[in-house]
Order: sequence, then structure tokens, then C-alpha cells
Amino acid sequence: MSYIIKGDTGDWEVVIGLEVHAQVISKSKLFSGAPTEFGAGPNTQVSFIDAGMPGMLPVLNGHAVEQAVRTGLGLKAKINKRSIFARKNYFYADMPQGYQISQYDMPIVGEGTIVLDMPDGTSRSVGIERLHLEQDAGKSVHDQHATKTCIDLNRSGVPLMEIVSKPDLRSPEEAGAYLKKLRSILVYLGTCDGNMEEGSMRCDANVSVRPVGSTELRTRCEIKNVNSMRFVMQAIEHEAKRHVEVWESGGAVDQETRLYDANRNETRSMRSKEFAHDYRYFPDPDLLPLEFDDAYIAKIQATLPELPDDKKARFIKDYGLSAYDAGVLVAEQENAVYFEGVAKGTDAKLANNWVSTNLFGLLNARGVSISESPISAKNLGRLVQLIADNTLSSRMAKEVFEMMAADGKDPDTIVTERGMKQITDTSAIDAAVDQIIAANPDKVAEYNSGKVQLMGWFVGQVMKATQGKANPGMCGELLKKKLG
Amino acid sequence: MTDLTSLTIAAARDQLAKKEFTALELTEAHLAAMDKAKDLNAFIVTTPEIARERAKAADARLQSGKAGALEGIPLGIKDLFCTEGVQTTAASHILEGFKPPYESTVSQKLRDAGSVMLGKLNLDEFAMGSSNMTSYFGKVKSPWKAKGRSDDLVPGGSSGGSAASVSACLAMGATGTDTGGSIRQPAAFCGIVGVKPTYGRCSRWGIVAFASSLDQAGPMTRTVRDAAIMLKVMCGHDPKDSTSAPLSVPDFEAVLKQGVKGLRIGIPKEYRPDGLNAEVAALWDQGIQWLRDAGATTIDISLPHTKSALPTYYIVAPAEASSNLARYDGVRFGQRVEGKTLDEMYAKTRAAGFGTEVKRRILIGTYVLSAGYYDAYYLKAQKVRALIARDFNEAFEKCDAILTPTAPTAAFGLNDKQDDPVAMYLNDVFTVPASLAGIPGASVPAGLNKDGLPLGLQVLTKRWDEETMFRVCQVLEDAAQFPLLKGAR
Repeated sequence: MSYIIKGDTGDWEVVIGLEVHAQVISKSKLFSGAPTEFGAGPNTQVSFIDAGMPGMLPVLNGHAVEQAVRTGLGLKAKINKRSIFARKNYFYADMPQGYQISQYDMPIVGEGTIVLDMPDGTSRSVGIERLHLEQDAGKSVHDQHATKTCIDLNRSGVPLMEIVSKPDLRSPEEAGAYLKKLRSILVYLGTCDGNMEEGSMRCDANVSVRPVGSTELRTRCEIKNVNSMRFVMQAIEHEAKRHVEVWESGGAVDQETRLYDANRNETRSMRSKEFAHDYRYFPDPDLLPLEFDDAYIAKIQATLPELPDDKKARFIKDYGLSAYDAGVLVAEQENAVYFEGVAKGTDAKLANNWVSTNLFGLLNARGVSISESPISAKNLGRLVQLIADNTLSSRMAKEVFEMMAADGKDPDTIVTERGMKQITDTSAIDAAVDQIIAANPDKVAEYNSGKVQLMGWFVGQVMKATQGKANPGMCGELLKKKLG
Repeated sequence: MTDLTSLTIAAARDQLAKKEFTALELTEAHLAAMDKAKDLNAFIVTTPEIARERAKAADARLQSGKAGALEGIPLGIKDLFCTEGVQTTAASHILEGFKPPYESTVSQKLRDAGSVMLGKLNLDEFAMGSSNMTSYFGKVKSPWKAKGRSDDLVPGGSSGGSAASVSACLAMGATGTDTGGSIRQPAAFCGIVGVKPTYGRCSRWGIVAFASSLDQAGPMTRTVRDAAIMLKVMCGHDPKDSTSAPLSVPDFEAVLKQGVKGLRIGIPKEYRPDGLNAEVAALWDQGIQWLRDAGATTIDISLPHTKSALPTYYIVAPAEASSNLARYDGVRFGQRVEGKTLDEMYAKTRAAGFGTEVKRRILIGTYVLSAGYYDAYYLKAQKVRALIARDFNEAFEKCDAILTPTAPTAAFGLNDKQDDPVAMYLNDVFTVPASLAGIPGASVPAGLNKDGLPLGLQVLTKRWDEETMFRVCQVLEDAAQFPLLKGAR
């Protein structure tokens, strides 16, 4: 199911690599003790270091290093026991030092892999080129004054991981699946909150096209700072089409940096190659090379949680779920945890149906996240048990579910209060069956003459007579026996 | 009463303890001397109110028996050290008016030890220079004059204000910083002691950065003992500087009288090029003899990459400087010249704010780091730097200390024509190798040339071995009986 752009001269494929800037979950900045909390008043979380004051020196935040190693391990990547911080030199008003401390030719994490779960249930491996640590810049605010730009340095120095994929992605959908999976892994690891709206995950996309069958890499364009998964996919789609048009009209794509305008769904040139910065990277002399040993890595490895791929495999094996169902459940760690809470000691497939269909439906309708669910995993698990042991029919269960959603009560209480226990006593159902057969000789005759689909009508009558409490399965069996 | 300004720190310390005079009297004497010697232009700003206030506080602590190691000692602080609430400029127009809301670690340690800050000392702009002629706040004059002449001489640089003030007895000691010789060369020119400790000994936190991998603070004093006393206070591990060494601080003063008996002194042949100034060469030979007389043995050594040190330095230091000085952009502090666009504001601010030598080094540094040139210049320089460090490591397998001249000449005229920057850079030819290797080095005033101008000898030891360096310096000082100005001793 490959993604092809039909051109006038033939079919084209798109080659995509993504650079994701993920904000490291850390109380303090990468090189200073200033806090990193989102939403504070402008310039209230700025140390002298973050403001680039004369004589100030960076001191590396050890926790951020641990988070980067943790992420590297989660991406099954090579951890570099020696890495170097380098200065990326350029002038901008919201970058106080005149350089960004980043990593260049010796990043903390090398090559790794991400497995994409495609919507059709297939999976595909995408290479990670590297992960490095760097500090964020501040923010220029242009709408506070008619002629002046205001600078907020709260973000200045916030630790980021730049995660660079290999140019392995071949469609906007794959790019979307990559971002989704990467986000899922980071959230599982607790190294990034994955919140794209608050800017804790930002994405640059490198896009080029080539004729199908070709292995060359043509000139790419970098689309900067696309801030939602949907926009990343749209921007790639648009940019790839633009490239095809340029090539097919006999032109050549210029290597440049472009900005995506979501309102117009187009990309615009931001900086051409001639005006590309010469960043003059060199090792930061204020910082020693970052070195650690195998024991340090092993210690972090030992604290790694079960990651989405492993969890998915386990859900398939232990709960007998389909790859698709397992994939849906593990995508968000909280969902997976909730599901396991429900499935504990009961029918796992039934549990999955209730979680994936009923509960997710409820949450969607209310527009709340699973952490705000009105029904606890324990209560939903109990409800599934009551269905599995025939205490409740599925119709009754749906009623109980609605009541649980309304007031958060546990299912046992609701069942007791409302006397909703399903009748599984044969003699009680017997009487009702006998009564219905006696009262409807014409229907009995029709049934016996071959109109077997009337069975549903008989079951319905028995259910009605028992106020819906009879076990529908048992009704069917008894009716079948008695109708001959 | 004898002139209090001609005392050594060691003597003043003892006499303050014996209450022979007060810290305030000692400070007043220096403030008066500073007033009289304004024409030297050694200070960019003087801080008499702060000085008196701290002197009074020192007296109180002396009274209550809680004196610190430098209680009541008046010192000058090079204007590269950020001082809380006191203008700090690095002698650059771009920082004029900048009052840091923080105190550098080194100056804080000196404060905590009870010393009294007299003011901020002049220097070459951003410590870039060997003559103190590049300061935006004017040249510093050396207190020395050639015999029978009245023309002004340079104090050396970049710590020229520090050297001039200590030499002229305006301060008992001063802080300096040394990137390629900025403590040792002016100390030699002004006939005082200057110590650049091992890179990582003193915290760089709060010192305006020139070249981060080379910058080191150190003391400038009239005697070796005073330097030992002052350095002990200045150095020590600082978690705020990642390149500061987590090592305990030795008692440098305690080793001074241990002598050099049995020490092996290396004499590097590369420091005696053809055409070396005859008087400098003769003084060096004299120094060798003094150490032999004191029981040391001398051996000839080779530091084969010495000739590459200066070009290497003039790639590494400007490269780091070009990046370190990027923060002076007019956005947050210091001078700003408005422009129609952000880029225009940058250009105008930096054009107006930086002097010629600073601009030259920013351009050199930007060039050697740029795409296509990085490998040929910066990367190669780093490799040569490693070879220079290896030269010293190998040499220190054969010897305990190295003796060389500090500078190739004595001080030159303040108004001599200076149109060749490379000729100026040659001043640091003997000091730069140790800076690149990160090893400690000291200059001791060892004699006068035929014009009556000071010449210094440089003592180098391996990393973290300042103690051996001080022992050798003390022997040289004792032997030289150098005639300090104003009869100071």
C-alpha cells in the first residue's frame, strides 16, 4: 500500500526524515537551576546563565542526561559513553548567549529503531539516526507593542532532545505513525510529556521526492516547526506535490528551509541555501566531555518500564487480543494500564470490548481523558465479571454501565439496589416459558410449521415477562426444548 | 609612621594582627596613594566608599579575633571580574555602565577572606593585548621609567592596571587573569610577581570570558610569599564552573622555605632562539646559576613544538573569543545603538562598542571556525595544542620545574608606533605554551636591564604542582634581591 504521487511524467515516491524536538521532563534547565514549568509569567524563570550575563557558566543537569540515556534505551539505540557539547553560533534576539549549546558530531545517543504500527495492522521499522541534548532558545513576542519585539527567556535553556530519524519514511501516514509511536514511547519512558500544544514536542520535516524505482536522494527542503501531527502530514503532502511540480516543469528544487502555513495549507520559503547560517560548531570549552560507564547505563536500563511494543506482544499472547486491538490499547500508556485493571481475573476479550467500545465511546462523548473517567477500572472489571458469570445480561450490563457513568457507583451496589440480578433459576424461567406457550397457540403452530425465526419473538416475550432479568441464553434453550 | 603602602601583604597581615595600625589606616594610605598616582590610569573606577566600609568591617573582625586570611588587606580587582553593584567593563565601551548583580567566585572569596577592594583595574579590552593600549578607558602607564629618560612605558598586558598599581604601591596585591601571558608578562614589565595557576585551579565563574579553555585568574603581588597567600584564598573547587578541579587547596605559603635542593630544573633550548635579547639571555643564565647555587641540578630539555605555540594560540583564543563575545549584542545589557532592524542594531552596537583589536580577533575567530576552514585551522590547532601539552608532559618526566625568561624584552614605550599586531603578539611567545598546556607558571622579577627596567624569569611546573613552582620562585626572589619601587620589601 505504497504512497505514490501520479505525475505527468510518471509515478513519484516521497522520502521523508523527521527531526523531533522533545522537551525533557526535568524540574530545572539543561545548564542552570532555573525552573522549567510551563505557563509562568514572562521572564520569571530565568537565571543569570539563561540570560547570557557576562561571566556566567553552564553546569550540566545530570537528570537531563539520565533522561536522554533512558530515551536512547527506549529507542533500542546505541548509547555513546562519551559525547561532546558543542556551540552552535548564530545571533538572535531571544538567544542570549549568541550560541546554542547543543551536540554536534558526538551525540549522546546513536542509531536506533522505531517500529511503526500502521492503521492496517501491519508494522514497519524506521531507523533513528541520533538523539542529542540541547538547550532551547527564548521566545520573541511580536504582539505586545506596536514597534517593538518583547523577549521572554523562560524557555531559554530548557532541555530538549533532538531525535532525528533516518530518511526512511515514505508517506504522510508513515510520518504520522512515526510521530505517534515516538510520542507513545517518550510518554511511557516519562522523558517527555508529548504535549504538542504546549510545544513540548515540535517537528521539522525533511522532504524530497524521486521517481518510483530510483534510489537517488534528491534535493530536500526542511519544513520548520510544524506543531501538530495533522499539520505535519498535510505539510509533507503539500510539499511533496510541490516538488513533483517543480521537477516535472523542468526546474530543480532549491535546498531551503520552509515554513508551513496551516491556514493556507502551503509552505513558504524562509531561508535559501545562500543565506543558510554557518553555525561554526565547535566543542564548548565551558563544559567537559560527557562521560559515563556501563554501570550507569545498566542502572537506568533496570528502571525502564515495559514499552509499547513489548506490551503489545504480551497483550496478544496473554489476553489473546488481535494485533490491532492490542495496538490500540497500548498506544496510550494510561489506556493499557486501565485495560489491565479491567481484564484482571476476567474474560480479556470481553474486557477489551467494554474498554475499547463502551468506555472509549463514553470518554469521547464527554470529551475527557481516561484519567478523568467516571468509571474506575476496578468497577468496569467487576461489571465484566458480572456479565461473564451470567449475573447480568449484556442488555442489563449496558443499563448498569449508564448508571455507573452517571454517578460512579460500583456495579454490585447498582445491581442490588435495583434488583437487577439475571434469573438463572430454571424453574422460574420454566414457569414463564410455559405461560407464553400456553397463551400463544397460533405462534407455536407457526413455529412448528417451520417458521423458526419466531424463536426471537418467544425469547423476547419471556424476557418481557421476567422484566428482562431472565438469562436470554437459558430462555432460548428451554423454549427450544418445550416447543419440540 | 613608615609608609604603609610599601609593606608586603605578609607584613601588613602580621602588623594588623598586632594592632600596630588599623585596616582603615592601611586603606586610607592606599586611597591617598591612588589619588596621587591618577596619571598612571591604573583604575577604571575607584571604590573608596566600599573600601572604607570593608576596612571598618575588617577592623571589627580583627578586634573580635575573627580575622580572615586577608583581613584588612587593600587589593585591586581587575575589571574583568564581575563585582556586585560595581561597574564591570572588561575595559570595553560595549559594557560601559554595566553593574553586575553578582560577584565573581574569586572576588567573593577575596571578600570573604576580609580583603578590601580599592577599585576596578584597567586592562586591555576584553583582556586582548600585551600593552594595555587597547583599553577603551585609556592606556595605563608603567610606574617605571628608563634610566635618565622621561618617556612613558607600557605596563604590559592585559593585566596592565593590576601590574602598575601593585608595582607603584597603590594596592598590596591585585587579581589578574592570564589567557596567554596576561599575568606573567605585565608582572615582568613592572617588576612584580605574577602567578597563573593550573587551568582549573581558580573558578572562572563571574569573570568576563575571553578564551574559556585558557582563561585563569591569579594573584599579582610584590613578593612570592604574598602571591602564595593570595592564591590560596583565590582558588578551590567551584561547582558553578564545570572546568574547576575538585581538588583541595594546598598551603602554598608553607612550602616557600623548602628550597630547591635536589630539584631538577629543565632548561628548554627552544626558548633561546637566535637573536634572543642578550640581556634577557644573560639574566636567564644568572637564574640558572642561582638555582644551581641553591642545590638544584639543571638539565637541557626540548619542547619541540614551541614554535607552533603562538600560531596555535592565535587560532584557539580568537575562535573561543568570537563565540564568547557574541552575547554583547545590545539586547540585554551594556551599550546599544538603535537600528531599523535587529541585524542593523547588532551591527551598529558592535561596531561602536568594540575596539579594533577586539574586532580583529572576532574576525579571525569567526574565520577559523567557518565551514571549509574549521579543519585546516581550528581542528589542526587543537591537535597541535595536544602536542604542546605532550611536550611538557614528557619534559616533566625528566625535570621538576622549567626555567625560562618571561618575555623577550623589557617594557617598551607607551607611544612607540604599534602598527604590526603580530609584533605585539610576539610578546607572549614564552608565556603562551604553558597556557595552551594548562600548566602553572609564574614570573618573578629577577633583575634590571642596562636601562634600569625590570626583567622577569618564568617558572613552570606540571599541572597541580604550584608548590614546586613557589619553592623555585622563592629561591629566585631571595637570590635576585630585586629593587622594588618605593623601597618596598
